[in-house]
Amino acid sequence: MGTQRLQQLFQHKKEKLLSIYITAGYPEIDAMPKLIKLLSDKGVDFIEAGMPYSDPLADGPTIQHSSSIALQNGMNLSLYFKQIAQVRQEVDLPILFMGYFNQILKTGIDKFLQQCKTAGIDGLIIPDLSPEIYQAQYQQIFEKYDLGLVFLISPTTLDERIQLIDELSSGFIYVVSSSATTGKTGGFGQEHLQYFEKIKAMPLKNPTIIGFGIDSADKYQTACQYANGAIIGSAFIKALSADDPLKNAKYFIDKIINAAL
Amino acid sequence: MKYEVDQLGFYGRYGGAFIPELLHKNIAELQMRYLDLINSKAFQRQFNKLLCDYVGRPSPLYFAKRLSDKYQTKIYLKREDLNHTGSHKINNTIGQILLAKHLGKTRIIAETGAGQHGVATATVAALTGLECVVYMGEKDITRQAPNVARMKMLGATVKPATSGSKTLKDATNEAIRDWINHPEDTYYIIGSVVGPHPYPDMVARFQSVISEEMMQQLAAQTGRDYPDRIIACIGGGSNAAGAYYHFLGNDKVELVSVEAGGLGIDSGQSAATSVLGTDGVIHASLTKLMQDDDGQIIEPYSISAGLDYPGIGPLHAHLISSGRTKVLTANDDEAIKAGYELTRLEGIIPALESAHALAALPKIKFKPDEITVVNLSGRGDKDLATYLKFLND
Repeated sequence: MGTQRLQQLFQHKKEKLLSIYITAGYPEIDAMPKLIKLLSDKGVDFIEAGMPYSDPLADGPTIQHSSSIALQNGMNLSLYFKQIAQVRQEVDLPILFMGYFNQILKTGIDKFLQQCKTAGIDGLIIPDLSPEIYQAQYQQIFEKYDLGLVFLISPTTLDERIQLIDELSSGFIYVVSSSATTGKTGGFGQEHLQYFEKIKAMPLKNPTIIGFGIDSADKYQTACQYANGAIIGSAFIKALSADDPLKNAKYFIDKIINAAL
Repeated sequence: MKYEVDQLGFYGRYGGAFIPELLHKNIAELQMRYLDLINSKAFQRQFNKLLCDYVGRPSPLYFAKRLSDKYQTKIYLKREDLNHTGSHKINNTIGQILLAKHLGKTRIIAETGAGQHGVATATVAALTGLECVVYMGEKDITRQAPNVARMKMLGATVKPATSGSKTLKDATNEAIRDWINHPEDTYYIIGSVVGPHPYPDMVARFQSVISEEMMQQLAAQTGRDYPDRIIACIGGGSNAAGAYYHFLGNDKVELVSVEAGGLGIDSGQSAATSVLGTDGVIHASLTKLMQDDDGQIIEPYSISAGLDYPGIGPLHAHLISSGRTKVLTANDDEAIKAGYELTRLEGIIPALESAHALAALPKIKFKPDEITVVNLSGRGDKDLATYLKFLND
């Protein structure tokens, strides 16, 4: 399957795509399959399944915290792939691996990508793999596997570079909403909207999805006016932290989806 | 053998810039401009003047007679401990703050382990009137209290890093996150030859004044402008990089890097990265680091906060894997013993980091006429509380 699920999704749905980020192993070790099943049932369009990392450089306090709890809970790569494979039997929405490059490098790139394929992962988001290094050293290996690869752009990314990132990305382009680590709250200002406007006007081959700091139904809807959809991460992780995470997840997603109707 | 970085910032297979896109603009700007800026006449003039008048360079090359007698050889100490603020760290912070000024930045951030780099950064920030925030592991804030006080007096804000092992690694993570959140006005002064390209090369260049002076001083004192051996401790490896720099291409000079063994290499409480580490990415650089099978970074341990780091600079990973440098390990107790030995033989209290370099002396077979330089990277005032616990041992 691989990129096929992603392509099908983006062919059939061009707007208001909703993606949710979860940290595997948080809040409980076996939460991920249940959450993915629930999110799929609720109509979420695709999942970013985060593999917790000891040193998540691009993440703010919420995802750092969920990552360290998940690692304490005993999450590891072999269990991660096992849980993905398990839930893949029940859901058909695209699932992307989100993690840091060292996790892939240490496993061995070929072995890691093969494990992704086997488990039913459709693509990868690797925030610390830069396009330049990817092109120079890793593109050939990645292209052997039919997996989407999503690169990020930020408000400081120059237009020329956005073109390069569009060329290298397969799946979608991850539009980071502001110059900040994940989970920064606050509304969108003029400068955010101008940046979204600019991206919207660019002729890109990939769909665009806005993420980082999308913490409310309002911001999700605003993002959807400028891009094909949005990703909610830290705000969802925060909602899980109270007792009965599944119930909280349901409540959170209902709020987002109902507001979008 | 090549010791220069290539276009993408690699020394052999090590180095590079594995950065989130959010940092790309700042890093790319540095990559494009650092060489022209630091090689410009105006920059060099300013840099050298400050090194001379403010830092107190050249730092002496001191023939340690009683230490030499003990080991039946000729041992010289490169006295970086005599620099303003007490270590080699200021060579680099002077260079980088000038760069920050040239780039029009108004806010400085830094990470620190032992606090030496934090103090050196707070110092140059005061000197140039720039705002300064230093990230320091919560655990290090406790064990290096005098340096925390100095940074505060210098006007810096010291922010505790409370994640992970609460040491240098985590302080570095926090500093990188700060930079992601403040891309416009902020410049990140990295304290060692670590981090994304161009930092390892840039920091090595600023520290290379150590080996440059060493050449001139050895020529004047011994009649030959190179030693037989240089010994330096490595955490990230900035003092070693500076001490080796001008001798890297001279195979007659043996280079000995001393890592912190902590409680012993096999004890699970160690920071001997080159022995315990494997290839991986830490702080945006591909190097050797301590990690588990999943690539999760393992928390290191050393009595010395400045060596308590799970990686090494990519230059050192390259030098070690190519056989150019030899690595020895010194455990906590050996470093303490070596610190006392230098104190009692020469009247110099070394930083715990430098004490690790000195702890290599009993492990080396010297010839009487050989010339060995130990890079004495810093002074031990900040470590008195730790040393004094062993006063009666």
